[in-house]
Amino acid sequence: MSNQSNNYVEIRGMTFSRGERRIFDNVSIDIPRGKVTTIMGPSGTGKTTLLRLIGGQLRPDRGSILIDGEDITKVNRRELYHMREKMGMLFQSGALFSDLSVYENVAFPLRVHTRLPEDMIRDIVLMKLNAVGLRGARALMPSELSGGMTRRVALARTIVLDPQMVMYDEPFTGQDPIAMGVVVQLIRMLNDALGLTSVLVSHDVQESMSISDNLCIIADGRVMGQGSPDELKRNGSAFVKQFLNGLPDGPVPFHYPAPDYAQDLIEGDGNARFLAKAR
Amino acid sequence: MRIRTVEISVGIFILAGIIALAVLALQVSGLSLSPAKPTYKLYAQFSDLGGLSVRGRVSIAGVTVGRISNIQLDTDRMVALVEMEIDQSVDTLSVDSIASIRTEGLLGEKFIDISVGGDPDYLADGDTIIDTQSALSIERLVSNFASSLGK
Amino acid sequence: MLDSLQRLGRSGLQTLSTLGRAGIFLVNGLFVMPSWRGFPLFVRQLFSVGVLSLPIIVVSALFIGMVLGLQGYNILVDYGSESAIGPMVALTLVRELGPVVTALLFAGRAGSALTAEIGLMKATEQISSMEMIGVDPMRRIVAPRLLAGFVAMPLLALIFNAVGIWGGMMVGVEWLGVYEGSFWNNMRASVDFGEDVLNGIIKSVVFGVVCTWIAVFQGYNLIPTSEGISNATTKTVVISSLAVLGLDFLLTAVMFGDF
Repeated sequence: MSNQSNNYVEIRGMTFSRGERRIFDNVSIDIPRGKVTTIMGPSGTGKTTLLRLIGGQLRPDRGSILIDGEDITKVNRRELYHMREKMGMLFQSGALFSDLSVYENVAFPLRVHTRLPEDMIRDIVLMKLNAVGLRGARALMPSELSGGMTRRVALARTIVLDPQMVMYDEPFTGQDPIAMGVVVQLIRMLNDALGLTSVLVSHDVQESMSISDNLCIIADGRVMGQGSPDELKRNGSAFVKQFLNGLPDGPVPFHYPAPDYAQDLIEGDGNARFLAKAR
Repeated sequence: MRIRTVEISVGIFILAGIIALAVLALQVSGLSLSPAKPTYKLYAQFSDLGGLSVRGRVSIAGVTVGRISNIQLDTDRMVALVEMEIDQSVDTLSVDSIASIRTEGLLGEKFIDISVGGDPDYLADGDTIIDTQSALSIERLVSNFASSLGK
Repeated sequence: MLDSLQRLGRSGLQTLSTLGRAGIFLVNGLFVMPSWRGFPLFVRQLFSVGVLSLPIIVVSALFIGMVLGLQGYNILVDYGSESAIGPMVALTLVRELGPVVTALLFAGRAGSALTAEIGLMKATEQISSMEMIGVDPMRRIVAPRLLAGFVAMPLLALIFNAVGIWGGMMVGVEWLGVYEGSFWNNMRASVDFGEDVLNGIIKSVVFGVVCTWIAVFQGYNLIPTSEGISNATTKTVVISSLAVLGLDFLLTAVMFGDF
């Protein structure tokens, strides 16, 4: 049941808490169809949690999450299983199954969701591996791969069922420049070639801005700004500007709360009292 | 690990377990696979069992010929009534045979030893051995010895 | 004072809730009994927890059986009852040491390996990605491992007993000069299949269920950091060992006590 609105994912009024911490507070986000959207924010704001909510692994306390017209928070297990066929998720560490070879890892979703004969599976797996440049590595085990190669194999596995949307969890973190360049190119290329909707989660401003059509900045459980990179750079709030420009001080302060500087230096053993209080 | 090697070693593992079970059953606990040999019952009364228990063996001249199958208290005469199952093939026990309770070694298991007499009549299924000798009690021996010393 | 009472209460409630989650976990794991498709997974796990534990089980059994033979002989010879060495070794192993020591070794070797493996899968998000692909991790990861543990433990205990008795026999007959014939005859007279061997098997089945359950649950339930994995592995070994010893006492009282 797909609906031809411009947005592939529509999150409305979503609230989610973990324990006593409110992670998302009445959040509304639009993820446009066929474009690359990056969700950014300071570390620990729950960006990975957002991906899990979109993928149906977690349920929000309130609000709706529409994936291509269907509310994923309200479906039962079977429907969730089918909705997940249309989604792919690339985890930060690649998350390849350590007991299967590269070939078997990529073939895994095919074996689970389809009854295709072995030679068709082989063709599809080789095609996807070729798209990420690792067709020759098909017989290796995950432990024999470098970090960058692991992620590319994981990417091949993510697109093997030709999903409509792919989610990337921190794809730029911890990569050397060459691997980074490869990932950046692949994300953009796959998005355009396959007509995907790509959702990235990252705090790497530079790379994200270079390939994103759309940005969404989250902090303190709220949306601080949504729009194209140029729009936000020009019209964004002070916080958005600090974030996008990488300024050390601004709405997010540099100094951890502390007593007055001059006083602190003068009061000799006041230090001991301060430390004792802190304990 | 190749899948073939894995499957074979798992098969061997399970086989080893089954063999161990078989060894425990047959060699260690003496579970008998042969059909139970036919037996007949004999009874004997003792004033003191001295630790004899069910499943203790019954022997003649040291050869096991049967097992103790039941022990009860005869409430009329206040003696222990022991029921024994003797191999059918051992059927030439004279009616004046003596059944005595003996010990393996000094502190071993108790068993019943039957020494055959000379009577031409033989014990049949359900008969009672009349001549019995109860267990030798160490305490009684020592106190007898001590009191004999005192004299 | 009130503070420590509150902490005690809170930890008590936490323990209860963990126990509850562990119970639900076990039921879920058993309900998704793998189909024929899952058989290769089961076989692979049986290899991992069973076959790979054989070396430590066999070597330990050998040494324990030999020590039983040696010490037993030393004690019995003072009473002139060295002929009882056969039953002594056999009964000690079959009723107690076989199931218990095998369970303790199993918890240490296979249990900790299970916890670490599943914990690592959780920490590297393999479990999550499996869910996202649409595969139930309970069916693919948990159930085969549970089943493999339930099957492997009793088999290992049986092998332990057999090897241990053989070790005791080597020491008693070959070295200390007990007559081989009477060694086996006395043993056969004292060991009853139903009461001793079968009860021992029941014990090892119970221990197998408990140890595997604890190991798999701890792995699945941990905090996915390297500290979390090491904590969980330690907990598996400690809790399994205590549970085995406690259950052993209960089972022994019920099976061999005078009720």
